[in-house]
Amino acid sequence: MSKLSSAAELKRFRQDVLSRRDPNKPCLSICLGTGCQACGGEKVYQAFAGEIRKQGLEAKVDIRRTGCHGFCERGPLVVIFPREICYLKVTPADVPEVVAKTLVEGKIVDRLLYTGEDGKKIVHEGDIPFYKHQSRIILGANRLVDPTRIEDYIALGGYSALARALFVMTPEEVLDEVKKSGLRGRGGAGFPTGVKWETTRNAPGEPKYVIVNADEGDPGAYMNRSVLEGNPHSVIEGLIIGAYAIGARQGFIYVRQEYPLAVANLTVALEQAREMGLLGANILGSEFGFDVAIHRGAGAFVSGESSALITALEGRVGEPQINYIRPAISGLWGKPTNMNNVETWANVPAIINKSAAWFSGIGTRGSKGTKIFSLVGKVNNTGLVEVPMGATLRQVIFDIGGGVPGGKKFKAVQTGGPSGGCLPAASLDLPVDFEELERAGSMMGSGGMIVMDEDTCMVDTARYFINFLSEESCGKCVPCREGLKQMLLIYNNICAGKGREGDIELLREIAEVMAEASLCALGTTAANPPLSTIKYFRNEYEAHIREKRCPAGVCKDLIRYYIVPEKCQACLLCAKSCPAGAISGDKGLVHVIDQSKCTKCGACLEACPSRFGAVTKISGKPAPAPVPAGTRVQKRK
Amino acid sequence: MKTIKLEIDGQQVETAGGTTILEAARKAGSDIPTVCYDKRLPPYGACRLCMVEIDKGGEKRLVASCAYEAEDGLVVRTETPRIVKIRKMILELLLAVSATGPLEALAKRYGLKESRFQGDQPKCLLCGLCVRYCAEIKKNNVTCFIGRGIGKEVVFQSDLSHSLCPVCRECIPLCPSGTLYSLYLKGYSGSPEPGSNKGL
Ligand SMILES: Cc1cc2nc3c(=O)[nH]c(=O)nc-3n(C[C@H](O)[C@H](O)[C@H](O)COP(=O)(O)O)c2cc1C
Ligand code: SF4
Ligand code: SF4
Ligand code: SF4
Ligand code: FES
Ligand code: FES
Repeated sequence: MSKLSSAAELKRFRQDVLSRRDPNKPCLSICLGTGCQACGGEKVYQAFAGEIRKQGLEAKVDIRRTGCHGFCERGPLVVIFPREICYLKVTPADVPEVVAKTLVEGKIVDRLLYTGEDGKKIVHEGDIPFYKHQSRIILGANRLVDPTRIEDYIALGGYSALARALFVMTPEEVLDEVKKSGLRGRGGAGFPTGVKWETTRNAPGEPKYVIVNADEGDPGAYMNRSVLEGNPHSVIEGLIIGAYAIGARQGFIYVRQEYPLAVANLTVALEQAREMGLLGANILGSEFGFDVAIHRGAGAFVSGESSALITALEGRVGEPQINYIRPAISGLWGKPTNMNNVETWANVPAIINKSAAWFSGIGTRGSKGTKIFSLVGKVNNTGLVEVPMGATLRQVIFDIGGGVPGGKKFKAVQTGGPSGGCLPAASLDLPVDFEELERAGSMMGSGGMIVMDEDTCMVDTARYFINFLSEESCGKCVPCREGLKQMLLIYNNICAGKGREGDIELLREIAEVMAEASLCALGTTAANPPLSTIKYFRNEYEAHIREKRCPAGVCKDLIRYYIVPEKCQACLLCAKSCPAGAISGDKGLVHVIDQSKCTKCGACLEACPSRFGAVTKISGKPAPAPVPAGTRVQKRK
Repeated sequence: MKTIKLEIDGQQVETAGGTTILEAARKAGSDIPTVCYDKRLPPYGACRLCMVEIDKGGEKRLVASCAYEAEDGLVVRTETPRIVKIRKMILELLLAVSATGPLEALAKRYGLKESRFQGDQPKCLLCGLCVRYCAEIKKNNVTCFIGRGIGKEVVFQSDLSHSLCPVCRECIPLCPSGTLYSLYLKGYSGSPEPGSNKGL
């Protein structure tokens, strides 16, 4: 690869790449994102490569290794271009058939297709409901590029926004465009990106720095990872454009240690960009020079907070700092520093290419563009979902996510990561944007979305998040550390049946002070899980505290397993399944659980055939006394 | 240096540029409580007792006065019902950790009779005074934090404490929780069993 020294050379390079590509030549786009890798994507890739070699089809078929396509639930995914045939859950055993039938004969392998609710098979990726209702400005490119081949990105028009910024626009014009677009930070707080850039640009002091926050410590969220792994150049291009607008010559990408593939792909991407003159001195032959270094952070949730991240970059312990001067003015080594989230940066090239007006045409009044959510939990189609701001929770969870599995009822969705709030079914028509979520008592955060069904205990859920936060807080400031410690004790008591009158109010009192007085946003937002669950699911708290009953049957200390004598068929299945040896019974004898031995693992309930339904879960009252030995002879129906 | 004029609790106050609200307020006679503050050290912002209310951008904002620098025309209130509520809760949380003199005095000032929270006493408040004093003023770095969240602790690095602490002990009177003093009384003279890192 030789250096490109002008916008014209970039254009020529692109045309060159395109002219060597036949748009009608079949191309297998094989997802090797983390999700698909975990279910055997690499083996599928190897099988295709081997089979194509065996059949002598190398010249007739292209294979592309890509990052995450989004529908991780059904991985490994293979999309065959140009027809965009989408095969799901592909195994190496399927490969010879796909090659022989689809690639050679042009026929579809039905069994690998998506089956719609009406039982109809769907061939094209874009027709699958999971994809059909999305607007994938950012994620859509993942299946089109091999992240280790810069020419794939350039073929899609990559780096043309950079060329436009450098040669057609002044830094002020770039800044203005981003401001007008209404882009807001995707890292959680939703701060207007252009305004932040401007503050850094106008701040006195040199040099200035730009930072990509790729810490992504929110468990369950992996949109940043998928963009970095699948399309690193989109982030790099956004970063260079930002640096040009701000006047920075050095950038840092702070990636968590646990993302080795993201680091590897970023490293390759940065090298290729440097080789091609897209990074370094005189980018594309312009006056502008800029370079980027990768910093690998030891991943703790709190180190993603901006002041903690900056401290870590400086080589100190990454802990939130008390500083009322914003990083935009005094950040890394006391210099003006602009930090944005991965997804924020990845939006920039599209805004420069397609205009602020185009971008601000998507979304709601206060929140523009799209947002990527990681949809997980009790939902049929888990994966990464990109929708315009303002899409409703119902559209995301039901139209795209396919609703709750197993015919269960939807109960709540937690948005915004561990310190987000839980919203009930009544909020399903809420248009999701920064303002609406906050008004409802939750937040956008990084875009985590955890769906919960009727079998979820909301008190236990709040306890889970408070426990997570109590371990992941930095432990520096009193309201957060001591507040979380005391809340956790209260939650443990409530869930153990030791809750007292006044506990709900006490939780609220602590949460309200944490929200106002904590040093960083971890502590101020940690109030969301308790406050939102108290607001929407107060009756569950009251059941735990007053009746010692867990309505969802989750809190182990509040439930008993009981075998209904009239239903027991003495089949021995439950007794065999019990790891604690708590069930006595024999052929022809009604089975009985010894409550003192039972560990409440629930194995017996699973084991008892549903047509008998003899094992039950009881909460809020003691299990009935066991049937006396004399009457234990089972009556067959 | 530039003089800053601001209003604290209804009083017009003048102070040198670069001073914090806490410093300016104390000079003007407003008694803002603090636990993690020491004028010899950079602000740390951990106890949150020093929070005050300021008017900023048409809003009432809460800030830690130990770290917020005085600004021209700033209006500051150091003890409103909102602040009292916060201080009471923080004190209640702290009393569960350590009910020593200074904290009990503050509790009394805010009319707090007892804490609804439980904990083993006395425990370190993690105010960081000993750690910061040792590192930044003595440059000894004997004490340090380990862990995070509710598992955070202060430890003495025994190899260093062995030689450095017996001739210093300057952190002991700084400690608001009394944990350093009780360690001292227990004969902990900076020479614990070799190799053991003593958690507080
Ligand atoms: C506890 C905590 C964790 C955070 N983690 C992240 C993170 O992993 N990634 C991120 O981009 N922002 C994270 N943030 C937000 C950052 O502090 C900062 O606001 C953001 O990176 C700014 O970028 P944006 O304007 O593009 O959103 C976190 C904040 C807090 C309080
Ligand atoms: S709010 Fe929590 S995480 Fe943030 S500084 Fe305080 S203790 Fe640390
Ligand atoms: S819940 Fe588990 S331990 Fe209890 S009886 Fe059933 S199988 Fe045994
Ligand atoms: S030992 Fe004392 S001085 Fe040191 S952090 Fe704990 S409470 Fe503060
Ligand atoms: S990893 Fe393959 S679709 Fe997400
Ligand atoms: S004195 Fe502790 S936070 Fe200001």
